[in-house]
Amino acid sequence: MSSDNRKYKWVGTRQIRPDGHDKVTGRAKFGSDFSLSGMIHGRVLRSPHAHAIIKSIDTSKAEALPGVKAVITSKDFQEQPAELKAAGEGMINYRDMTRNVMAREKALYDGHAVAAVAASTVEVAEAALELISVDYEVLPHVIDVDEAMKEGAPILHEEMVPSGMEVNGPTNIAKFVEFNLGDTKKGFEEAEVVIERSYKTEAVHQGYIEPHAVVASVAEDGQAQIWCCTQGQFQVRAFVAQLLGMPASSIRVTPSEIGGGFGGKTVVYLEPLATLLSKKAGKPVKMIMTREEVFRASGPTSGGSMTYKIGATKAGKITAVEATIKLLAGAFAGAPAGPACMCAVAPYDIKNVYVNGYDVVVNRPKVAAYRAPGAPISAFGAESIIDELAKELGIDPLELRKLNAAKKGTQAAYGPTFREIGYEETVDIAMKHDHYSAPLGPNQGRGVASGFWFNIGGESSATVNINEDGTAVVISGNPDIGGSRASLALMAAEELGIDYDKVRPIIGDTASIGYNFLTGGSRVTFATGLAVVEAAKDAVRQLCERAAKIWEVDAEGVIWENGHAKPASTNVGDFEPLSLANLAAQAPKTGGPICGHNAQNVQGAGPGFATHICDVEVDPETGSVSILRYTAIQDVGRAIHPSYVEGQIQGGAAQGIGWALNEEYIYNSKGQLDNPGFLDYRIPVASDLPMIDAVMVEVPNDRHPYGVRGVGEVPIVPPMAAVANAIENATGVRMSALPMSPPRLLAALDQADIKEAAE
Amino acid sequence: MAKHHISMTLNGEPTEFLCSTRQTLLDVLRDELNLTGSKEGCASGDCGACSVMVDDRLVCACLVLGAECDGKTVESIEGMADGENLHPLQQKFLEEAALQCGICTPGVLVAAKALLERNNNPTETEVRYWLAGNLCRCTGYDKIVRAVMSTAADMRENAK
Repeated sequence: MSSDNRKYKWVGTRQIRPDGHDKVTGRAKFGSDFSLSGMIHGRVLRSPHAHAIIKSIDTSKAEALPGVKAVITSKDFQEQPAELKAAGEGMINYRDMTRNVMAREKALYDGHAVAAVAASTVEVAEAALELISVDYEVLPHVIDVDEAMKEGAPILHEEMVPSGMEVNGPTNIAKFVEFNLGDTKKGFEEAEVVIERSYKTEAVHQGYIEPHAVVASVAEDGQAQIWCCTQGQFQVRAFVAQLLGMPASSIRVTPSEIGGGFGGKTVVYLEPLATLLSKKAGKPVKMIMTREEVFRASGPTSGGSMTYKIGATKAGKITAVEATIKLLAGAFAGAPAGPACMCAVAPYDIKNVYVNGYDVVVNRPKVAAYRAPGAPISAFGAESIIDELAKELGIDPLELRKLNAAKKGTQAAYGPTFREIGYEETVDIAMKHDHYSAPLGPNQGRGVASGFWFNIGGESSATVNINEDGTAVVISGNPDIGGSRASLALMAAEELGIDYDKVRPIIGDTASIGYNFLTGGSRVTFATGLAVVEAAKDAVRQLCERAAKIWEVDAEGVIWENGHAKPASTNVGDFEPLSLANLAAQAPKTGGPICGHNAQNVQGAGPGFATHICDVEVDPETGSVSILRYTAIQDVGRAIHPSYVEGQIQGGAAQGIGWALNEEYIYNSKGQLDNPGFLDYRIPVASDLPMIDAVMVEVPNDRHPYGVRGVGEVPIVPPMAAVANAIENATGVRMSALPMSPPRLLAALDQADIKEAAE
Repeated sequence: MAKHHISMTLNGEPTEFLCSTRQTLLDVLRDELNLTGSKEGCASGDCGACSVMVDDRLVCACLVLGAECDGKTVESIEGMADGENLHPLQQKFLEEAALQCGICTPGVLVAAKALLERNNNPTETEVRYWLAGNLCRCTGYDKIVRAVMSTAADMRENAK
């Protein structure tokens, strides 16, 4: 199925995105840009306590305030069963979800919603929040994953029973997972060098610039419309339907343009509240989170605490790896312990691997997906210890990675055997890249690291409507978070044989297109792209049938080439080719509208691999790290729109650099978040970064007609270790905990100086 | 409390509005004048998504009160294109894919335009420091910085 040598007219070209003009002129409507007539405004009362029993809530004064139209608490939400229900690719525990959107028995983190108000203005709603009286009994709290696992730690959920292990009494461990390949005992016996290390990473926020926003309008007949910024309008529909006990058919969710998500907008926070408030008030309700609310109550991804043990021969063959990865989940179970374990050493062909992981609840907001969830955490440990191994063995770190690279036919520790993959190619290109041999100055160092992400397929639906003038509309159901309209239109133009600017890609609401799983897992250009290609092929099949009808020949005798129906051979007859526009114009008399359609649960996602090279300069006086040069090499399968593929690589690397150097949550002794803003939670700004050289390697995925692999997630996996390895090469100091911020690095440098002086 | 009656010039047009004392210029643009191109990412002047020009000075509209704008000249993203013609920066951002989600784009464009009006030959470092107040979480800034520099090069070429 690989189409490696085909020449394409549109695929692989850098066209202007279909939604571009709206986005450079301010026309594009994002979450908070939408309004309805008669709309009122909702605000949320949030817990100031990290852990507290909610003894009672008195809303009577708020309800009496003029202008207040509705007040809700957890009493307004029905109880949900404590069972995992299938939703999309994952399993959802709605008992937890209803408690996360509105605290019930306990407030479990600073910022946890405890009540919500809708009023004529934002000011009145905020005044009403002040009038709500909550009687809390404050409990001891726990923020750190290692602390939460200790005996005697404050317990978040007395009733929680961990899966995958047995414990005596209450625990904060929600889940234990393990993956085993070969025999690590034997593997370590074969090793001539064994290294053991511990690593720690902080929870970090996705950091999308657009806060969560929604407008919900519930009519008197129970029909609800929701407009919101989300990565998945069908997920919003499913979650709101379940939490509020409404049929899916009575909820229509229209996704706005989305101002960043990175996984953080795959869940619901405001949507069920706004819908319920609207139902109670009988008016449309708009809700927007403040930035402080975004930090206190949404996202982040897990922080992790890990131990790694690696063994190798002196020649550099890794013989065994063992790892334990403990991830904090926030207030409810759901840390990506499984993916973290599975991705840990996935780039390598290692015969003996044992990795286990823990999903641990703590008094922080419940984690949400963030770009390759789990993988960047475990890769920080794995790629750091592999660097230490390379030093110990006196082997170049890329050479060591090449010696152990997974290839086609390698069995991954998490189970599957890889098909065509491009990991080794990324290492080869890195070794030959002029960056890798460029000279370095004083206090400068270079680091490398690799990364892996599965990528996913999933359910996608697409429609390709042929318009009467020979243009086409492509309707799909995934919010466009970074140029996917362009990639879908390019593939449709290629299939139909018409110009790119004659294809208009539209994102449907939940009532206008079949089910689509969310924008995530690097799946849209791959899976929804596949549905669009198949829908276009369906339209082409109908176009060929129309030509056959006009020519009075069998449909099998007609082929599609360059946007024209042609006789398959001279045996069929001697007919002038009919263009798509010609066939479209004749459609009314040849059978009516021409509408291609496809819906499927797409399989065959091709895994992605990347290798990054990073140069840093460390200021020994301040501990500040400058990123001097950065090169990110990635197997992208095939770049449908190369500019947006490069953009994914550059953006992912930048987020990883922020994770490496600065980003962390600072909780005070009461468990309250002290840095809920962009001033103190510092994401990279333009002056923090150099250009990021994105090098695309194209090893096509043989299970996609254009060879597409997902590209959005792998680039955030290598940076943390690449930066740490570079810092080690610059200073001789190994940073085993993130972030490697100036105070922490300075302390480590001072420590090393003291140690050196003592010796 | 009575609302303030404010007159200003907005994107070249005389504009009047009423606002309460606590409403920021950003609130006025978005909620009173229905110009939602300027975005609120933080409301604290950290993200730059609401960047506008007030009397030719680049500011965060979330840090300026509407009531302060009486008699002022304000330019927002909605005034950047000239009729059907995009500003060269807008065109370049499209051609070079200098946006992904697009939420920061209006603010970045307003800020970049202000830079090029002051300095049509900025170094990469100058562009990076000028735009350091405009957060972008998607692009890693690479294509944004390149687009600004290549627009500057075009403008210099056209000025010859």
